[in-house]
Amino acid sequence: MHSLTKLAAACLLAGAGQAIAAQPAAAQPVTLGVAIPTATHGFTGGIVWWANQAKKELEAANPGLKIIVKTAGSTPEQANQVQDLLVVNKMNALVILPLESASLTQPVAQVKNKGVYVTVVDRGLTSPAAQNAYVAGDNTAFGRLPAEYLAKKLNGKGNIVVLRGMPSTIDNERVNAFNAEIRKHPGIKVLDAKYGNWNRDDAFKVTQDYLTRFRQIDAVWAADDDMAIGALKAIEQAKRTDIREVFGGAGAKFAVKKVIDGDRLIQANVSYSPKFIYDAIKMTANARLKGETLPAQTIIPSVLITKANASQFYYPNSPY
Amino acid sequence: MQPTPTTEGGADLPAARLRAAGPALARFKGAGPIVALILLCIAGALLNPGFATFDNLMNVLTRTAFIGIIAVGMTFVIASGGIDLSVGSMAALIAGVMIVAMNALALGAAPPSPLAIVVLGIALALVFGAVAGVTHGFLVTHGRIEPFIVTLGTLGIFRAVLTWLSDGGALTLDFNLSETYGPVYYQSVLGVPVPVWIFALVAAAGVVILNRTPFGQHVQAIGSNEQVARYASIRVDRVKTLTYLLLGVCVAIATILYVPRLGSATPTTGILWELEAIAAVVVGGTSLKGGSGRIVGTVIGAILLSVIGNILNLTSIISVYLNAAVQGVVIITVAYLQRGRR
Repeated sequence: MHSLTKLAAACLLAGAGQAIAAQPAAAQPVTLGVAIPTATHGFTGGIVWWANQAKKELEAANPGLKIIVKTAGSTPEQANQVQDLLVVNKMNALVILPLESASLTQPVAQVKNKGVYVTVVDRGLTSPAAQNAYVAGDNTAFGRLPAEYLAKKLNGKGNIVVLRGMPSTIDNERVNAFNAEIRKHPGIKVLDAKYGNWNRDDAFKVTQDYLTRFRQIDAVWAADDDMAIGALKAIEQAKRTDIREVFGGAGAKFAVKKVIDGDRLIQANVSYSPKFIYDAIKMTANARLKGETLPAQTIIPSVLITKANASQFYYPNSPY
Repeated sequence: MQPTPTTEGGADLPAARLRAAGPALARFKGAGPIVALILLCIAGALLNPGFATFDNLMNVLTRTAFIGIIAVGMTFVIASGGIDLSVGSMAALIAGVMIVAMNALALGAAPPSPLAIVVLGIALALVFGAVAGVTHGFLVTHGRIEPFIVTLGTLGIFRAVLTWLSDGGALTLDFNLSETYGPVYYQSVLGVPVPVWIFALVAAAGVVILNRTPFGQHVQAIGSNEQVARYASIRVDRVKTLTYLLLGVCVAIATILYVPRLGSATPTTGILWELEAIAAVVVGGTSLKGGSGRIVGTVIGAILLSVIGNILNLTSIISVYLNAAVQGVVIITVAYLQRGRR
């Protein structure tokens, strides 16, 4: 056992020495695997688009860099892809947006143990030991900022209805942050919170039923731009004029456009752009090309988007 | 509503068993879904006064129209012993193709009037639905592939093509066209929204075709016993293909009503519609094994499913995490009331 350790250490040293000798401080080739969910709704559509955008730009700029993008529709499929990336493509860096945290921790830990540099994006893993770096959007701010904005807009008094996403930790984090902020304003009442499943049709139905149920609604926190569309249509159909704001979220391009154009109901948004996959790939690739590491955690801030800064968040070419 | 048995197959056996159990019981079992619906409506009205309003009733019926129309078509397919798992994806793809084609016409050189474009879009949807249906029928009959597998395959194909068309994002109808097309969903005639009228017409046509035409009798005969139906010189392949064609057209009609609602199609459009439609058919008393179809039951089944969702939205007694569980309990309970028919 002892001699084996020694041998391994010697190999490592020799390998490192060779690398330094052959390419002093210059680029070492990086094969970077990207494992992301299949485009099943607007947000993941944006993820896929931004990942391919990163591949195009970064490969053109760095001859020593190869990026392989894999999309998966299910957890087992993604686990297989991670394995294939290692065995077939010999990747030495991985950027992964795990479909599920718990079940992908083991497969990712295994590739990390084989020497692959792992950056995890957005949905985390259950053990931080399975990753080198973590890059994510700020879900707490995603809930807190709309609450602050709505409290201010309603002058601390009014009724809000909430559309939740899908039952998940991200959704809980956002809604808890929203409620915590709203509790600071005793004049504001959250009438109810139901699941719209990040889906336009479900949001339409839930909003219709809210409108039947509540006479006076001052604002809707739709918690996602796709759901905001459904909510808007239901309000339009019911010809209700009591609602003063429909706050979506995630900075979808049509919503940001509405903010820029000064829509009656959508006047603000909060950024949570799928662009973070682009940032994560870029940071990882650049660091690995130089042989550097990333900070253990990078949180890409969620920012309140209003008419004043909306143009900085408008990406007309992205599908989202 | 009783199917007319045309063969000596199993279609009349459950009915015979029920007659033996006494006419009152038979009638009660057939009334399972309607009884459940009435009970649910009473519960809804007690829980929230908003439930029993005309506007809420229209909301529920309008949103039922999509699944309901598809379920009417699905009743034919299931009654003939088939199944179609692809209807949700098909609806999504038809919506996507319509939007792409209509936008292209509107933005092209010398565009026709918005009204003409909408009419062309509707025609395209109907053709697409019919072709998809005939393809299913052909693969099932001539290809001799299980309908479960054929439509599981096209489920994936349709949705993937839509996702590809939309680049994973949303396909959105041109604003001017939305204005022209909008009334098809939002307009009311005599106080009743257009989709509800169309739903009623499709259901009425379904009743007539299934119960009053030789085609309808052949459908049920095939579902009851395909071999016997062949001996009775029923053109089994043609009838089966026609049931899929009918369903494809129903999906197209549902989509024509769906597109003006949000004016967009996304990769999540129509997810799980197939299961909702199948649930409506089975809750309504049609056997999943085929043999006898009940259109009126299907319509009640579809309304029942939306009413559950509506009541859950209008109240907040139960944890939101448990909504699906409540729906499951009601579906199973109604199916239990129906069990004597299978």
